[in-house]
Amino acid sequence: MLSRTAENLFWLARYMERAETMARLLEVGYRMALMPSAGEGYRNEWESLVAAAGSASGFEAKFGEAFRQRDVETWLFFDRENPSSVISCVETARQNGRAVRTALTTEMWDALNGAYLELREIERRPRSENPLPVLCDWTKRQGALFRGATEGTHLQNDGYDFLSLGRCLERGDNTARLLDVKYYVLLPTVDMVGGSIDSYQWSTLLRALSAHRAYHWSYGGEYGPRKIAHFLILNRSCPRSLLHCHDRAGFHLDRLESAYGRGTAAHDRLNASLAELGAAQVDDIVEEGLHEFITRFIHQNAMLAREVADGYLFGVP
Amino acid sequence: MFDGDAVRPAYAQLVSWVERTSPEVLAQRKAEAEALFRRIGITFAVYGEGEDTERLIPFDMMPRVFTESEWRKLERGVKQRARALNAFIYDVYHRAEIIRAGIVPADLVYRNQAYEPAVVGIDPPAGVYSHIVGIDLVRTGPEDFFVLEDNCRTPSGVSYMLENREIMMRMFPELFRASRIEPVDDYPERLRRTLASVAPAKCEGEPVSVILSPGSFNSAYYEHSFLADQMGIELVEGQDLFVQGDFVFMRTTEGPRRVDVIYRRIDDSFLDPLCFRPDSMLGVPGLMNVYRSGGVAIASAPGAGVADDKAVYTYVPEMIRFYLGENPILRNVQTWKCADPSDRKYVLENLKDLVVKEVHGSGGYGMLVGPKSTREQIAAYAERIKADPSDFIAQPTLALSTCPTFEGESGTLAPRHVDLRPYCLVGREIHLCPGGLTRVALKEGSLVVNSSQGGGVKDTWVLAD
Repeated sequence: MLSRTAENLFWLARYMERAETMARLLEVGYRMALMPSAGEGYRNEWESLVAAAGSASGFEAKFGEAFRQRDVETWLFFDRENPSSVISCVETARQNGRAVRTALTTEMWDALNGAYLELREIERRPRSENPLPVLCDWTKRQGALFRGATEGTHLQNDGYDFLSLGRCLERGDNTARLLDVKYYVLLPTVDMVGGSIDSYQWSTLLRALSAHRAYHWSYGGEYGPRKIAHFLILNRSCPRSLLHCHDRAGFHLDRLESAYGRGTAAHDRLNASLAELGAAQVDDIVEEGLHEFITRFIHQNAMLAREVADGYLFGVP
Repeated sequence: MFDGDAVRPAYAQLVSWVERTSPEVLAQRKAEAEALFRRIGITFAVYGEGEDTERLIPFDMMPRVFTESEWRKLERGVKQRARALNAFIYDVYHRAEIIRAGIVPADLVYRNQAYEPAVVGIDPPAGVYSHIVGIDLVRTGPEDFFVLEDNCRTPSGVSYMLENREIMMRMFPELFRASRIEPVDDYPERLRRTLASVAPAKCEGEPVSVILSPGSFNSAYYEHSFLADQMGIELVEGQDLFVQGDFVFMRTTEGPRRVDVIYRRIDDSFLDPLCFRPDSMLGVPGLMNVYRSGGVAIASAPGAGVADDKAVYTYVPEMIRFYLGENPILRNVQTWKCADPSDRKYVLENLKDLVVKEVHGSGGYGMLVGPKSTREQIAAYAERIKADPSDFIAQPTLALSTCPTFEGESGTLAPRHVDLRPYCLVGREIHLCPGGLTRVALKEGSLVVNSSQGGGVKDTWVLAD
C-alpha cells in the first residue's frame, strides 16, 4: 500500500473518532449545565470542556474568557478556525478520504460523504433549528455509520489496520481527556468527592461515553471514583478504556508486523504500555495521581502515533 | 434523434416508455439520479467560482441510441483514425516521412507547442504513443459522422460513461430488460490490459501499472480515483514516486516498489522537473531518463499531443491515406486555417456563418459561434484573428443531429443537439468501447455542449441486433 494512502487512512479514522469525541464532550457540558447548583467553588463547566478539547487558547483569543454556552457550542461544533471542531473534523476526514478514494469501499465513502453533505445542510439552517442534543446524536450516528461500513465492507488488509490504529490511538487519547476533565478540572476540592454533585458528574460522563449501562453491568451499585477509574483505564472489556484501546492497537500492529515481516519502534512502545496497564492496580494510579497518570498516558500515546508514522514512511518527504 | 419530426425507430421503445410514465414519476427519478451522483461524489470542480467548488454535470435520463450497424461503421472509422494518429506521432519523432513527402508542413509539426524534442528517436513499447484516443464526433445524417477533434493525450469523461450507465441500470432496470444493450462496464479491465500490454521489455513478471494524478484538487480527480479503483491499481501523485538507478519506484508501507507503466493524467510539461518545467511540483525528478532508457512506459507517451491540435487535425484524412493506404471512413469538418491568406480572407468575410476556435484551446472557451453572436462580438473577434491568424481555425456551423432530451422540469421531450466521444484503447490490440460520452446542449437551439458552458451528459446505448 502507498505510504500516503496509509497516512490518509490513519488520519481519516482519527478525525472521525475525534468528531465523535467533540460531540460527547458537548453532551457532557449540556447535561452538566442542566445541573441546578453549579454555584461558587466550581469552575465553569464549559470552560473545562474547552480545556479538555485542548483548544482553550484558541477559544479565548476569539471569544474572550466568558465561556458562554453558545460560544462553546459554536467553537466545538461549527467553527472552522478550530481544527478539532466537529465541522473541521468531518471536513478533514472527508478530505483524507477523498485523497484515497480508491482505498475505501463505496459504503465507507457514502458514510463519509453523506456526513459531509448533511453537515452543510445543518450549517445552513438557523441555529434555533439545531438543538445541541440533536447535533450530538447526529455526530455520534455518523461515527457509528462510518465504523459500521468499515467493519462490514472493508477488506481486512493493511489498510484496515491503519484505519483501526488511527481509531484506537485517537480513542485512547479522547477517553484520557474526558477522564481528566471530570477528575481534575470539574471537581476542585476533595471534600466534594462522593457528594451528589460528584455522583451526578460521574453518571453524566458515563452517559456521554455511552457506557452508563455497561458500568452497571460490570460493577453494579454506586459510582465510586476507583471503580470508574478502573472501568475507563484498566477494564479490557470496556471499548473505550485505555487498556482496551492499546490492546486493539497492539492487535493491529501485530497484524502489520506479520504481514510485512518487520516490526517498528511503535511495537516496542506499545508492548511496554500493555505490560504496564496490564499489571497496574487502581491504587497505584491513584497514588501516582490520576492527572499525572493521564498526562503521562497522553504523551505515550502521542509518541506511539509518531512512531507509527515513522515506521511506515509517512514522514518521508 | 429525430427523422424530420418523427422519432427514429431505435428510439420507439424509449419514447413509448416515456409516454407511459407519469411526469411525477419522471421528476422523482430525476431527483433520485441527482442525489445518487452527489452521494457517489461524481462532481467536477469549477475553477474560480469560490464557494461551491464541486458541481454536478446535469444528467439527462433519456439515453442516446445507436443501432448495431450504425455503430459498426463508426467503430471502423474510429479505429482507423486512432491507428493513423499513432503512426503519425511515431513518424514525426523518427524519420518524418510525411513531412518529407510534402504532405504535412514541417512548421506545423516542429513549431507546435506540443512537439517534444526530448523524445525524438525513442521507441515506446509497441510503437504506441496515444493509448487512449478520444475522438469527438457529431452526426449530420444517418450515415454521416464528422470528427470535431481528436484527443490523443488524456481524454477525460470516461467515468461519466460508466457511471451514467450504472445509474441508468439502477433506476430503469425495466428498460435494460426490454432491450439488448451492449455493456460498457468492461472498459476498466480492458484499459488495465492495454496498459499491461505496453509494459517495457525490462519489466519482470506481472507489470505494475499506476495512475499518476495531480491530486485531489484537480477537476478530474474523481475520474482518476474511479479508474484506479475499477482497475485495482494504485492512484499515485508525484510525491509517491521516485527514481533510483534505472527504474521508477513508489513509496509503500512495505518499502519501495517498482512501477512499470504510468498512466499519467498530468501534462507533459509537469512530468519531470529536470526535463520540462523546473517549477513542477506534480512530477517525478528523473522520470524522463528512466523513460528514455526503457525502464518505464508512460501512457500517453510524452509528445503525443503533437497530433491533436486543431491545425494538425485538418491533415488527418491525409494521414490515413499515407500510413494506412485506406480511404477515411469518418469525415473531417471543412476547416479554414486562418494562417493561410486566402482562407483567412474567406473567414473574415463570413464570420457570421462560421464557428471560429483557437488552435490550442479546449473546453469551449474562447470560441466564436457566428450565427449566435452580435455584430460587436464578431467585430472584436475579427481583430483577434488579424492579430494572430495562425492561432485560429474556422468551421461551418453544422446541421448537428439532435436527440430527444427532457426539457427543463416539465418532463416533456424535445430535440437537443448532441455530440459523442467514444473511447478507443490502443495497446498491442485496438478496442473501441461500445458506448461513450454523449454531451448535450441543454439550451434550446444551442450548439455548445461543454459542461463548463451549460451542457449536460446522457447515457449512450449501442443496441445489439
